[in-house]
Amino acid sequence: MLMLAIETGFVFIGLAMALNLWRLLRGPDATDRVLALDTLNINAIALLVLFGIRAGSSAYFEAALILAAMSFVGTVVLCKYLLRGDIIE
Amino acid sequence: MRHLLPRPALSALIFLLWAALTNAATPGTLLLGALLALALPFVTRPFWSDAPRLARPAILLTLALRVSIDIVLANLSVARRVIGPVKRLQPAFIEVPLDLRDPFVATVLSSIVSLTPGTVSIDVDQERWVLLIHALDAPDSDALIEKIKQRYEAPLKEIFAC
Amino acid sequence: MSTLTEFSISALIVLGAAFALLGSVGLARLPDFFTRLHGPTKATTLGVGAMVLASAIYFTTLQAGVSLHEIAVMLFLFITAPVSAHLMSKAALHRRSAKPQQGQQ
Repeated sequence: MLMLAIETGFVFIGLAMALNLWRLLRGPDATDRVLALDTLNINAIALLVLFGIRAGSSAYFEAALILAAMSFVGTVVLCKYLLRGDIIE
Repeated sequence: MRHLLPRPALSALIFLLWAALTNAATPGTLLLGALLALALPFVTRPFWSDAPRLARPAILLTLALRVSIDIVLANLSVARRVIGPVKRLQPAFIEVPLDLRDPFVATVLSSIVSLTPGTVSIDVDQERWVLLIHALDAPDSDALIEKIKQRYEAPLKEIFAC
Repeated sequence: MSTLTEFSISALIVLGAAFALLGSVGLARLPDFFTRLHGPTKATTLGVGAMVLASAIYFTTLQAGVSLHEIAVMLFLFITAPVSAHLMSKAALHRRSAKPQQGQQ
């Protein structure tokens, strides 16, 4: 049952990432792309967690943690750039 | 004691998070966590604004429980609106006048508003003390304002006594 | 692993993935930026939170002792989601108000 659930999860997250990618490419504004990129990152975290459960190893987890931190910093930096046209004041 | 631990709550949080992250309660990792819990508040002290005193911690627990339940309910309602007919939604910008006057508590409130019922907070105006929010589907904005003030702002005011 | 824990882990995974998918459907389908913001900030955060919780339960039953580091990620996601939503909406408001003066960018 668990394997079936994980496979279903893979399908759902894969579809979700495809939709995010569509929004990322289509835009229309830069803020939409930032939002799509942020969502793509969060879904990648979900994918890594699923891989971790399937492999029964917590090594994937460290990657998910780093991705969570990096995606937040990346989103903040992109938003600051859109707000100020500058990252470091 | 004040001198050694400028922020006891922050130190405790760092220690617990470190223990959770390393996922092993060996003496070595616990010692390292204790050192971090002592050092980090000192290093980051200039960045912290003065958080108000926690007056009623008991209400904090009930508020946390209420917010967790609301997060799940809010997700169900957002999910229904996302699947349903998009054209019939009535998105709106709404200004919520605030009674509280503390930047930290206002941040907590705006985070709660972002995570809960079909609303995202956009801006906290600290001159007029108004919270600008965007609602996904708000036919009745006055009811929404009243709900946010009663459900979240009133308990927050009581918890932090501000 | 007992049937009950396996069932709850599976349910959490499928529900979480479904919520994450709904968040992305909202992102792709809704008409303008501010309505699009609602899907990812709520549904995706809760969905990934549920999957991380499933992982915590799974590794707790698999190994001796409690597996808690998943909770750290969940906490992190729930704290950062409103902050990044706030920043993105601020950026969108700024661009929307700046556009008429500057022309098409």
